Amino acid sequence: MSTLLTVENLKMHFPITQGIVFQKQIAAVKAVDGVSFEVKSGETLGIVGESGCGKSTLARCILRLLDPTEGTIMFDDRDITHLSRAEMRPLRREMMMVFQDPYASLNPRKRVGFTVAEPLEVNGIGTPAERKRRVQELLEVVGLSPEHYNRFPHEFSGGQRQRIGVARALAVNPKLIVCDEPVSALDVSVQAQILNLLKDLQREFGLTYVVIAHDLNVVRHISDRVMVMYLGKIVELASDRELYHQPLHPYTGALMSAVPSPDPKRARGRKPIVLEGDVPNPINPPDGCRFHPRCPRMQTGVCDVDEPELIESVAGHSRACHYPLEHWPMSPEELRQPASVTPTLAST
Amino acid sequence: MALLEVENLKTRFRTDDGVVTAVDGVSFTLEKGETLGIVGESGSGKSVTCLTIMGLNDPRNTVSEGAARLDGVDLLTTDPESLRALRGMRIAMIFQDPMTSLNPVKKIGWQLEEAVLVHRDVSRKESRALAIDAMKSVRIPRAEQRIDDYPHQFSGGMRQRVMIAMALINEPDIVIADEPTTALDVTTQAQILDLMNELQREREMAIIMITHDLGVVAEVADEVIVMYGGQVAEHASVDDIFYRPRHPYTWGLLGSLPRLDLEVERLEQIPGQPPSLLNPPSGCRFHPRCTFAMDICRTEVPQLLPFGEGLHLQRCWLDDATKERESARTVAGLQQEAS
Ligand SMILES: Nc1ncnc2c1ncn2[C@@H]1O[C@H](COP(=O)(O)OP(=O)(O)OP(=O)(O)O)[C@@H](O)[C@H]1O
Ligand SMILES: Nc1ncnc2c1ncn2[C@@H]1O[C@H](COP(=O)(O)OP(=O)(O)OP(=O)(O)O)[C@@H](O)[C@H]1O
Ligand code: SF4
Ligand SMILES: [Mg+2]
Ligand SMILES: [Mg+2]
Repeated sequence: MSTLLTVENLKMHFPITQGIVFQKQIAAVKAVDGVSFEVKSGETLGIVGESGCGKSTLARCILRLLDPTEGTIMFDDRDITHLSRAEMRPLRREMMMVFQDPYASLNPRKRVGFTVAEPLEVNGIGTPAERKRRVQELLEVVGLSPEHYNRFPHEFSGGQRQRIGVARALAVNPKLIVCDEPVSALDVSVQAQILNLLKDLQREFGLTYVVIAHDLNVVRHISDRVMVMYLGKIVELASDRELYHQPLHPYTGALMSAVPSPDPKRARGRKPIVLEGDVPNPINPPDGCRFHPRCPRMQTGVCDVDEPELIESVAGHSRACHYPLEHWPMSPEELRQPASVTPTLAST
Repeated sequence: MALLEVENLKTRFRTDDGVVTAVDGVSFTLEKGETLGIVGESGSGKSVTCLTIMGLNDPRNTVSEGAARLDGVDLLTTDPESLRALRGMRIAMIFQDPMTSLNPVKKIGWQLEEAVLVHRDVSRKESRALAIDAMKSVRIPRAEQRIDDYPHQFSGGMRQRVMIAMALINEPDIVIADEPTTALDVTTQAQILDLMNELQREREMAIIMITHDLGVVAEVADEVIVMYGGQVAEHASVDDIFYRPRHPYTWGLLGSLPRLDLEVERLEQIPGQPPSLLNPPSGCRFHPRCTFAMDICRTEVPQLLPFGEGLHLQRCWLDDATKERESARTVAGLQQEAS
């Protein structure tokens, strides 16, 4: 398989300025801070991570809706990092985005039929009649009815709006679709319908997806590989199977343990790994491992000093941690006590 | 008397194409300290039910009927003045769309303080302190500084946490939470659910939790309402919904769940399209998509009736034996262990 997208050492730092007349930069929010990965053509890469860890920012950089501070983005063997707006325009129909906040990304004064048809129109595809037919088809494909064609965004429920975003992204048959929470507002049956649809389209047209989602069940189902982010960095990257059977990073372990179970008895007995401490500050990230202030396995003198690199320890499975999990699932005691550290050593 | 009694609630919208009946006869009660989960099809009227209770629909194109009594006072007929006083103070809502309910040109802190100042006679200094506390309680880091940020500087999940903070800031008796944690990662979600649970125990706060996440419902709800096409399809205790579901739509929902521990190529989905609310299907609203539909389902509207002796309400024409058999089959599928 060829590589469709290559991201190398990508950084997005939002400046924080002070002063009214002479705006002076005093610091920066390091939303994405050195991220490298590849996406193969026809593959689905899932991205998970704590709220605020930089997932949407990363997505916006990939599509060049933001100008990254550093790093390169290659799309289809072409360096697009510094392309101008005009140079990006022909590429826009090849890379579409489904936005996280469906309401904010829909024009409240435009009827939905118009919104979905817009990418077709901008790219001069089809006659007006053909476009209308295509839009009605798309609405149906995402589980809306033609009666919705003339409605305004505020007349839709949350999940219906999300589907409008999906229909719009599909309109021009792009090569890459970046989906930021594409199904979070949908009931599980419509969710299944959209996920099945995304898979069908992938098989049929060889589409490539980057899917950001909080629901690990969804990510597991749709992804070939999953990338776990924490505070602007990748902490783990593996095939979906590997990741769920043997998470290596303690943060991934905490995520897995916190997935609620759709079984009331199990749900009541569930003991998620609680992450102590505050969500860290992306302006001034912790030294050493960024996760160390909240990590149950943290070893003083190592984790708070040395930044662990993202290392491929098993073929196709990388992690950035000095004391990766030895097995899974684990008891809280095993979690706190890395096997490579003897208890006496740890307590000194 | 229950804390909140909702009786035969109906909400209609006028649209260019005709009248949409978004909520069609919803009834339930909510006790102090109870958590009611509402699940159901996207577009089935979950949010509108709650907006109607809160009196937040646009009166220019909306007509509501029925009653929603908070300690005996009907929120639908009470004067706007008293409604404004109750709203935010005794009954508060966490909205589904955080970006539209936060004002983009006002600082986060200003918006939180407003929520306090509208209802309470406190100084600006006190309200600021309350706002910072509220932000901390939902785990927003560096609350003292971030209070002066604008909404666009927050991530999606952080905006959602601000909405939660705003709803809880006046310690209301009832919180209506519309998808409060869908924008959050599972570890933050677990913390927020814990926080709500704590407040609930401390103050006997009642919660209405609308969510698509059946895992969240299983974890927090005492009772569950399953909605379909503007109506209640099933209403039962959380255990009954998950272990003894009695409605074909609920079976379909439970069957569509993607699972962390099971690998499947395709997910089950309920066939067909959601019902039109302009022209709802005759008979049972679910019949065009129901694999069990009989002749009677196409013509006669099933009523919301108890199953057997219990408090388990359901709206379906199937006989009890079929319901028990299919229910057992669905649950067996759900309990299937990873290979
Ligand atoms: N325009 C901006 N100016 C300043 N800071 C920003 C801006 N946009 C995002 N940030 C900050 O960058 C960080 C990452 O935000 P981002 O929206 O990428 O998070 P996310 O991983 O998508 O989170 P969520 O899961 O909550 O959507 C956050 O700390 C956020 O406050
Ligand atoms: N202002 C409005 N005008 C016309 N129709 C509306 C309006 N608001 C909502 N509707 C319609 O009413 C129905 C119920 O909407 P509601 O927002 O309650 O759905 P929901 O169950 O909350 O769905 P979701 O899970 O997707 O949020 C939908 O079909 C929607 O299209
Ligand atoms: S490197 Fe140390 S602190 Fe970081 S995740 Fe691994 S064990 Fe925890
Ligand atoms: Mg985001
Ligand atoms: Mg809703």
